[in-house]
Amino acid sequence: MNAISSFSADLLKLDCALETERITTAIREKVWRSFRKKGVVVALSGGIDSSVVGALAVKALGPERVLGLLLPERDSAPETFSLGRLIVRHLGIKSVQEEITGILESLGCYERRDDAIRIVIPEYGPDWKSKIVLPSILENGKYRLFSVVAESPDGSRFKARTTLDAYLGIVAATNFKQRVRKMLEYYHADRLNFAVAGTPNRLEYELGFFVKLGDGAADIKPIAHLYKSQVYQLAEFLELPEAICSRPPTTDTYSLAQTQEEFYFSMPLKTLDLILFGSEQGFSASEIAREVSLTVPQVEHVLDDIKAKRRVAQYLHAPPATMNEVALAH
Amino acid sequence: MNSEEPLMNSMNLKDEIRNFVISNFLFGEAEHLEDDTPFMENGIIDSTGILELVMFLETTYKIKIQNEEMLPQNFDSIERVARFVSKKVNNVPVSAANEITIAHL
Repeated sequence: MNAISSFSADLLKLDCALETERITTAIREKVWRSFRKKGVVVALSGGIDSSVVGALAVKALGPERVLGLLLPERDSAPETFSLGRLIVRHLGIKSVQEEITGILESLGCYERRDDAIRIVIPEYGPDWKSKIVLPSILENGKYRLFSVVAESPDGSRFKARTTLDAYLGIVAATNFKQRVRKMLEYYHADRLNFAVAGTPNRLEYELGFFVKLGDGAADIKPIAHLYKSQVYQLAEFLELPEAICSRPPTTDTYSLAQTQEEFYFSMPLKTLDLILFGSEQGFSASEIAREVSLTVPQVEHVLDDIKAKRRVAQYLHAPPATMNEVALAH
Repeated sequence: MNSEEPLMNSMNLKDEIRNFVISNFLFGEAEHLEDDTPFMENGIIDSTGILELVMFLETTYKIKIQNEEMLPQNFDSIERVARFVSKKVNNVPVSAANEITIAHL
């Protein structure tokens, strides 16, 4: 039993004004005083996380010290661009749009990905669309294996379980997208003497839903301590456009529409928020289960999954390991 | 049929699986790995490790593992994997997802 109080979703409610003040003060402190940078670059996907980070940066530094980057590519959803433009206008900031498809083609991103998909779906062609999915964590007691879902130009759908080489090949190729975006973010940051703001929320940060040296790289991560539901609270407090607040969280990485839930988290983010929060605060599985309307075994299964994801995240967060001792001849 | 009844040479099978686990997931460090050591709980195998194990078993023992069979009771220790493979090779029914009891609301 936890000492705070009985477990409830209300424990995640923020004092939004105070939290905004706290974060904006910290942004100024880090960007101006610690890093001696003039402002920040934020890549805007049209999703709620990057929009909240953009809004906090504007509150902290002023709109003239925030540059929004729109970095769509061939597989981006059409609304990524329109919602990105919407938040740029809403925040009153300057923006730069860079279409990254050409860079990704030069790197062989799409070709390498398609080759990896063909390991499990040999018919897969260049005009096809695809995504990777995981079964729901609540579905049953199985180990959950990734599958590739592919759609041919005539609309036929295929689904195949990935092999290890197919899975690793697809992920390695698509990771080019996050890394190319980060490279451009730092290009613009360098030319303006700005810092780069990362946009992970707490679920992504803690559970390793990011690409190392891709979207995982940044100088500040203003919302990495906030649960997803708290990001929504701040979005409302900051009066962000409804179209952005109501967009389902997406990976915006695969050519078929894919939510974060089906790719990585495997359950509604609101529920995962509460389970992660409950476990971090020391509440028991039965206390959490009552609040999220799941059974105790289901919550225990999610807690095991959180533990496994944290293990993966350890590597993702780790800085380069240096070999501190030196073996001298004498 | 008694699930403990040997269907293949279980010592050889266990040894082969043990060697694979030690070589691929423990990098040669076999300390504390018993036949019943749970893989997941001890961080021995992760989500990509499961894919690697499945590929090894399908290739080595010429079996086809179904999604429904991807259960901890079939895969979470050397003992369990050996029993599962032994049954698959001998066409004996194995645990599958529709056989287990998971409480739903």
